[in-house]
Amino acid sequence: MCLTCGCGEGDVTIDGQTADPEHQHVGADGIVYRHVHAHPHGAAHAHSHAPGTSPTRSLQIERDILARNDAFAADNRRAFERQGVLALNLVSSPGSGKTTLLVRTIEALQGKTSLAVIEGDQQTSLDAERIRATGAAAVQINTGKGCHLDAQRVQQALPKLALPPNALLFIENVGNLVCPAAFDLGEACKVVILSVTEGEDKPLKYPDMFSAARLMLLNKCDLLPHLDFDVARVIENARRVNPTIEILQVSARSGAGMQAWLDWLAGELAALSVGCARGDDAVRRPQL
Amino acid sequence: MHELSLAENLLEIIEDAARADGFQRVRKVILEIGQLAVVEPEAMRFCFDAVVHGSIAEGAQLEIVAVPGSAWCAPCAATVPIAEIIAVCPRCGGYPLQPTGGKELKLRTLEVE
Repeated sequence: MCLTCGCGEGDVTIDGQTADPEHQHVGADGIVYRHVHAHPHGAAHAHSHAPGTSPTRSLQIERDILARNDAFAADNRRAFERQGVLALNLVSSPGSGKTTLLVRTIEALQGKTSLAVIEGDQQTSLDAERIRATGAAAVQINTGKGCHLDAQRVQQALPKLALPPNALLFIENVGNLVCPAAFDLGEACKVVILSVTEGEDKPLKYPDMFSAARLMLLNKCDLLPHLDFDVARVIENARRVNPTIEILQVSARSGAGMQAWLDWLAGELAALSVGCARGDDAVRRPQL
Repeated sequence: MHELSLAENLLEIIEDAARADGFQRVRKVILEIGQLAVVEPEAMRFCFDAVVHGSIAEGAQLEIVAVPGSAWCAPCAATVPIAEIIAVCPRCGGYPLQPTGGKELKLRTLEVE
């Protein structure tokens, strides 16, 4: 982040390259403006007028603070719908097994479904490297101090992936059960991953994320015999915050339950192609 | 701490308004933050002060208007107050419950000169 003028986040990188060669913002007219910051920061922002000499007046602004992110997200969603791409925003706390789940999913779909991955982490390209080792295309977004991905970063990453029609795009968000809930990326839906080594009360402690997700994957189920984790209770808690959430029990490590997850993906892809063939824009609108 | 991104977006909206209106300095910023908007007012204040440093909003007072959470309960056929995202009605225990207020995250007013 530039603390001088507040523009962009200078420490955000996409595959190691600075993500902000230019500055973008949504104007009051709703149009996305892009421009390069050519003026020097610092002194150029100082004003020479004496404070307190002008009368104070009130301006009614009435603008949503997330309007800029939402405009990029709407742009992404239109692009995904146009290309017939199923974009899923994978969210969880750190260490729930998202990357392992993705690696196993990619291995199972290899040669059957086109797919690509956008990896979001504060630092390192370790996760993108794990994905690329499977042969799948992956772009790493490093958010620096940022605790979540935003729609603009996703848009900047998309040209690097060249997705074919009917492709799956997995967006692995930064491990965090709070902040990513507020930022729409333009995805078809959020998939929340919860591992059985976490508590059954996670859906109640972080209700926004579980309420925003369409599917919950309960991961690491191979560990259940060694734990006191109560599966029925976590399902009950998830449904208390989101009565319509779908729930699948899986183990990325042992492969148990993975077929149900692959079937869910196939069903979503099929529904997407039907929607695209009908020209039905509303088919994949997410529930936010 | 996504309040940092929100504060940056807020400053952009303020700078857009300054370009459109021509004001030189912001004295007060009035935000509407809903109880269900996943935003901590104290974190928002901290990030706002950091982000506006050196900008036309430096030193501006940040006023936060809290909007209470509410939801439509189908069994009660009424709007009920809720303090957090939950699926069951705090009054009758039934569902579905559709949030109707408290998700606001809006710049309402600027006092400028």
